[in-house]
Order: sequence, then structure tokens, then C-alpha cells
Amino acid sequence: MDNILHRYRNITILVAVVFAQLLGLAIQVRRTNGDESSRLIRVWAVNIITPFEKAIVWMQHGTGNTWHEYVYLRGVRQENRDLKMEIERLRLEQVRLSEDAEQARRLQNLLAFKEQFVSKTVPAQVIGGSGSEQSRSVFIDKGSNDGIQPDMAVITADGIVGKVLRTYGSTAQVLLINDQSSGVGAILENSRLQGVLHGTTIGEVTLERVMSDETVAAGEVVRTSGGDAIFPKGLPIGTVSKVNRTPESFLSILVKPSVNLSKLEEVLVVTEKQERIPAMADKQSERAVDILARRLPSVPDKPADPKTQPGAATTPNQPVDPNKPKPNTVTPKPQGVTATEGTNAQGTIPKKTESARKPVQSVIEVSDGVTKNPTPPAPKPAVEEPKPQPPAEQDQPR
Amino acid sequence: MQITYTSGEQTEVYRFSLPVAIGVPLAAILLQAFLPIRMPFFGLFDLPLLVTIFFAVARRSQVSGMLTGALIGLVQDSLSHQHIGLYGIAKTVVGYGASSLGVKLDVENAGTRFLVTFVFYCVHQVVYFGVARGLVGLGLTWSWQHEISAAFANAILSVFLFLAMDRLKLRA
Repeated sequence: MDNILHRYRNITILVAVVFAQLLGLAIQVRRTNGDESSRLIRVWAVNIITPFEKAIVWMQHGTGNTWHEYVYLRGVRQENRDLKMEIERLRLEQVRLSEDAEQARRLQNLLAFKEQFVSKTVPAQVIGGSGSEQSRSVFIDKGSNDGIQPDMAVITADGIVGKVLRTYGSTAQVLLINDQSSGVGAILENSRLQGVLHGTTIGEVTLERVMSDETVAAGEVVRTSGGDAIFPKGLPIGTVSKVNRTPESFLSILVKPSVNLSKLEEVLVVTEKQERIPAMADKQSERAVDILARRLPSVPDKPADPKTQPGAATTPNQPVDPNKPKPNTVTPKPQGVTATEGTNAQGTIPKKTESARKPVQSVIEVSDGVTKNPTPPAPKPAVEEPKPQPPAEQDQPR
Repeated sequence: MQITYTSGEQTEVYRFSLPVAIGVPLAAILLQAFLPIRMPFFGLFDLPLLVTIFFAVARRSQVSGMLTGALIGLVQDSLSHQHIGLYGIAKTVVGYGASSLGVKLDVENAGTRFLVTFVFYCVHQVVYFGVARGLVGLGLTWSWQHEISAAFANAILSVFLFLAMDRLKLRA
């Protein structure tokens, strides 16, 4: 027996080692949360490897920053000029987009539509990968100590990157969207078709679960649908690069990610998302008040002595031209109501009465869209400081 | 520290100093995790596998070969998001096989090294995919084209890498 064991010693050890690992695999697969059973060995491995990775990244950045910020400044002026032009172009685009956004908000508000937005992010540096083509994941230099938790979305300015898979003290593992086991709810921007985004063996990204009778054009933008409860809706994922019709009932849509997943450096971890109904209601009412305040006739101070103060109040903050002809007429306004803190014809600031300190809103009652004409209110002790009003238009006689 | 266990009559048995025995596998795992982030094409290579083959062949000991492979594989598993043991099993088998081959053959020349690495890369992938799909139930997709090209790339790299690592060998 001893002879046989000695003869087959090596193969016996091989079988034992492989069997032990198979047993470990079986335990991990059997457990619902297999991550917990292998947590210790992962922590050890990550704690051994990631400090070196952090050190390399730190040295790389230190050297790179010194070179690029102090030595290699060639083309910086040209780049600055280009960037300024880019800013101008983006400003123009922003104006157009803000109009669209405003319209979208109004529509969302009408539908009581809840929008989800990224309210807080933590910037992180990619320090390393998994070292395996079968596991497309990266490690970042922020972990549970920085408030990172599993299932948080990881994005860049260009689009989504992946989600946090595991967290350690000062590092976290991020599963990229091109991994075979990842899944992201996606929607095509124009056709509004929804599907699920998956990675492939060779690191490509495909959109699945789109019926084959649908028409999808190459170049169409793919965005997050928000259906996975990880990524907020509307974040860019990429563009459709190829559409294949398969014998199955679903299309095979190849998506080119908007983020270069093979060259990640800095990412943002979405640590807080918020849902809210677009705050248009407040904005509209405020705007209505402003508009009404501008349209209604304003009232100047009651002159202390009409004989000594002829002339109307002028626009505040404007220099008074003594040569300017004074207006002959003054619009009658209710007594005791002053809408502005303007100057009078002499260029002096008129004294405010108690009632005059009340803002215009106090005499304009807007309820349910019905505007009531202001009536001269009884003088009340001022409680609130008056809100600044646009006085220039109020003083215009109507 | 004596690491080697067996010795062939025609083949030389080598050993490695403790810093090399620990540092080189760790460096391989570190580079494998770090370089593909900066150089995406590097993801095609499997440095830990090459190191496993090199140590197994040089030591010519089946036990040390499989244990080295198992340890390297388990650390590599720990950095991935898959179950721990997939790379461990694959590299255990490769370590055993490479050391068994090293006992019988002279694997010092470049041609043999190329072939050995090519074959063992394929064995590694077959075992990995077999365990991942058959036992764990992962939906990994096998691509012949990709695996063959990766095996070829690793075999080429092994020729130069083994040549550099030969300097670390000590006669047993």
C-alpha cells in the first residue's frame, strides 16, 4: 500500500489539490452570497497587490504632472485659444439646450414626472485591473472608507463605465459594462427601443432583447434607461455601430461605448441619486408675480410737499440729468404704496413710509392665476424686508 | 532554501532564491493587473501563466509545479470578480503538466519553449472554460480565433521572457 502511494504520490497530490479547489468552488456556488465565503482571501490578495498599484500610479502621475505642467508646455497657447473658442461654442449650444430642457421640464411637470439626477459623486483613480480577460473589472483608489458601496454607478463625463462590485477599505472593484456578466438597462435615443446591454468575450458591448422586427440604425445613440435601478436614466452609453439580424427573434446590436473602457484613468462614483418632480411650479409662480408686478402701475412716494417736489420719480440707480426735461404728467397711484426704492426728480432717495416698505407682492394678490387689482392697503407695521423689485419698468407710466 | 525535489539524469534541476520565488510571481500578477489598463493589447498575455510554466519546467518537480500554479492561480482569482478556484485549478493542472514535461524533455531551447507555452496556454484555457461552464455554470463564450491568437502571442512572449528569467535560476 505504501509502495502504491509512494509511486502515485504526485498524481495523488494533484487530485487532492484540484479536489480541494473544486470543493471550494462548490461551496461558493452553493451559497447564495458566494462572495462572503471567499471574502478573506480576496481581501488578502487585494491588500497585497493594490498598494503597489497605487504607488505606481502615484509615481506615474507625479512624473507626468511635473513634465506636462512645468517642462513640456509646447502648444499650450494654441490649446488655450482652441479651448476658449470651444467655450464660446458650448455657450451657444447651452442656450439652445437650456430652452429644450425648460420645455422638457414643463412637460414633465405637467405629467408629475419624477426625474432622477446625480446629486453627489466621488472622483476616483483607476489603479489596476483584474488581470484576466474573463473578468473585465478595474480597481479604484476609493473604497468603503470614502463612502463607496456595492452597486453604485461609476461614470465619466463621456458616459457610464460600470458599477461597484465589491468594496474594501481603501479600494473598490468596479465591474465594467463590457464584462460578460454585466447587464445595463438601455434605451435607443431616437427609436426609444429598450434592451439590455451585455459584454462579450472579447470585450465588446452588445444590446440585446430588441425584437428583430424593429429597425435600428447604425449611429443611433444608446442611453441608460434607468430600469436597472443602478444608473440614472439618460446617461450616454455609446452609439450603435453594427446591427445584425439573427435567426432568433432578437437583433444583435453592437454598441461602441462612449467611454474608452480599455484606457480608464479617472472616474466618478455616483454616491447619491435623487428623485424629484421638476421644480417648475415654484419657478412659474414666481415668474408670474414678477410679470404682474411689472405690468401693474407702480406708485411713487406720496410727496411730502407737492409744491417742493414736482416731477415724477425716475429710474433708480440712474444718474439724473438736470437738463433732461421733466415729464408733465404723473400717473396717479394709490397712496401709501411705494413699489420702488427709487430716486426722485432731484436725484435723492425718497424717504420710505412704513407702508412703502412693503413689497409689491403685498399689494398684488395672485391666487389660482387670478390677479386682483391692488387696493390701497391700510398702513401696517412692516414685518418683512421688501424684496428687491425691478423698478425700472414699474416706474414707467402706463 | 531547497525547493527542488527531483532530478533527471540528462536535465538540470534549478532552484530559485526566496525573493525570486515570491517576488517574480507577485510581480507577474501585479503587471498583469496593471499593464492592460495602460496598454490594452497586453490583456492578451497571461504573465502569471508564463511564470507558472517557467518555474514548473525549471524546477522539474511536479509537486512544487502544481503548488506554484495553484497559489498563483488563486491570487489571480482573488483579483477577478469570478469564483475563486477557476484559475487555481487551471494553473494547478498546467504546473503539474509543465513540470512533468520538464522531467522528460529538454525545454531549454527557444523552439521547445514556444511549443510548450502554446500547448499549455490551450490546456489552461480548456480547463478554465471547462470548469467555468461545466461546474460553475458561467456563460463564457469560447472563441477559437481569439484563443489561438492569444496562445501564439503568449508563446512568442515566453521565448523572450524565459530568456530573461534564466538569469534568476540557480543550480540545485
